[in-house]
Amino acid sequence: MSNELQIRSRRQMGASAGIGSRLMLKITNLVKDIWKHRQSYLFVAPFYIMFLLFILIPIIAGILLSFTYFNAVQFPTWVGWKNYQNLFSQDIIFLQHVVPNSFKFALFVGPLGYVCAFFLAWLIAQLPTTLRTIFALAIYAPSLTAGIAMTVVWQVMFTGDRTGYLNSFLLKWGIIEKPVLFVQHSEILMNIMIIVSVWASMGIGFLAILAGILNVDKQLYEAGRIDGISSRLQEIWYITVPLMKPQLMFAAIMSIVYTLKSGAIGTQLSGSNPTPNYAGQLMINHIDDYGFIRYELGYASAISVVLLGVCYLLSRMFGYLFAPKEGE
Amino acid sequence: MHEINPKWLRRLYWGWKDWGLAVKRFDRTQQLIVLFLALLSVFMLLPIVYVFNHAFKPLHELFQFPPTFIVRNATFQNFIELLSLTESTVVPASRYMLNSIIVTFLATVGMVVTGALCAYALSKHRFPGSKLIFGSIIASLLFAPETIAIPRYVIVQSLGIMNSYLGHVLPMIAMPVGVFLIKQFIDQVPNEMIEAAKIDGTTEFGIFMRIVVPMVTPAIATITILAFQNAWGNAETSTLFMQDDSMKTLPFYMGTLTSNLANSVARQGAAAAGALIMFLPSLIIFLLSQRKVIATMAHSGIK
Repeated sequence: MSNELQIRSRRQMGASAGIGSRLMLKITNLVKDIWKHRQSYLFVAPFYIMFLLFILIPIIAGILLSFTYFNAVQFPTWVGWKNYQNLFSQDIIFLQHVVPNSFKFALFVGPLGYVCAFFLAWLIAQLPTTLRTIFALAIYAPSLTAGIAMTVVWQVMFTGDRTGYLNSFLLKWGIIEKPVLFVQHSEILMNIMIIVSVWASMGIGFLAILAGILNVDKQLYEAGRIDGISSRLQEIWYITVPLMKPQLMFAAIMSIVYTLKSGAIGTQLSGSNPTPNYAGQLMINHIDDYGFIRYELGYASAISVVLLGVCYLLSRMFGYLFAPKEGE
Repeated sequence: MHEINPKWLRRLYWGWKDWGLAVKRFDRTQQLIVLFLALLSVFMLLPIVYVFNHAFKPLHELFQFPPTFIVRNATFQNFIELLSLTESTVVPASRYMLNSIIVTFLATVGMVVTGALCAYALSKHRFPGSKLIFGSIIASLLFAPETIAIPRYVIVQSLGIMNSYLGHVLPMIAMPVGVFLIKQFIDQVPNEMIEAAKIDGTTEFGIFMRIVVPMVTPAIATITILAFQNAWGNAETSTLFMQDDSMKTLPFYMGTLTSNLANSVARQGAAAAGALIMFLPSLIIFLLSQRKVIATMAHSGIK
């Protein structure tokens, strides 16, 4: 009996010593491995240090700041969940204007822009090379101008007196009798924002989708025809879309980021933050309002974190839709 | 415009005739597609035509009723106004321009070089932590940059690079999209090629410079354009990190010209001229490298 116990305890000791030495071995191996790959780290370092400093650490710091009261002058004081509580229970502007606006804006601009991009890319892919290049350029061009077109073209287009293009045309055709203050009008501003954003959203996502469509092997379409695919729509659904999932995923992420980033549009169009009657107030405007106008940085950070959460959820959703399944 | 050269007319006529033949060779669906896309392209390109015309309009045409789209009496008055606006102030417009050029150049080069190096290691080397590093870069793609503006401000402040070119350039170098796109391309460079080069005794850096970079030039051209556009149009670093007016860039200056002046007469001419100045470099760079960009997107590099 005692003999057996001794053997068992000796075995256990041996095992534990084994774990210890194995851990040591693992660490030394890891260090050796890291040292062996020092050149790889050297390649990664210049970018990654910048990335850490200006993107990753700010994200983490932002999350921490959201639990504090911080007015940019005094050192932040810890307030726990208070910012979030206020945001979801007291901030009437956020609940009544910003959230519905953001939903409406994202719902229209995201999917609409995405479907438009896919549709246009598919049409362009049906053409011979020269024409394809010309049209691809023409449709990509607005995203080149986006910022500039915003301030000059669209402002003049929607100017509130009769020198605005839209007002001038509507007056000429007798549709309206006196000029409309488009960008100051709370019901119209949002619609204008949506139109302008869709127009400007044919950027890199559009190019990525076009690449995906052109990348599909032509022989697959022939094979599909033999297998009984008859219409173009079936072709798109059964062959094109499954084969270009990576590009679709990339375009989807770009469109999410674009949609959430384009909060500045309302401010730029109407020339003020907050926008008239909060009609075009999006998350970004709200963050700017609290962060850089009222200097309540902790509260603004809490809004940012909520925005990050929404981004993450949306992207996971897209990731689930477009991720390559096992065995595909 | 007064005399029309008959040679041009002939060329125009033959050009159209060839075009007509080309269109005839398409089937009915393709003809419809071409027609639809042509109309759409005209609509998409209108703002560009407008920016060009607007910049050369004399003041009375800028505010004419009914408004005109095409300029009638072209003039350089707006550009002169843009430059003279700041004559009385401490910082001349040319200083903003110079700042913009320096910052854009440094940021673009910095982004492309560091991004390509990082993408190469992430794509072709298996080292501890590489998955984590790539994962964090992908995850950060999801985050709108505005959401991290506040902590970023604190970091720039504590690094002591406020009011310096570094304060403009370093934050812009961190462009995750760039690394992501270049990595996707380097993935397609065959491993056998790199192995062969290694056996021949080429160093890692030599492989990168002599094999990888030449094979992914289209992707690098695309990223160059993206980085350029980002940097050239960026007013954020000026607004947040630069307190001295002499360190701010052109987009910031443009913003001060037009903001809150939507309905007023003053400075509209200068703003129109400035818009053209802001837009031209992007257009020129895009036109110069468009073949590479379309190739990137159309052929996805090497199969």
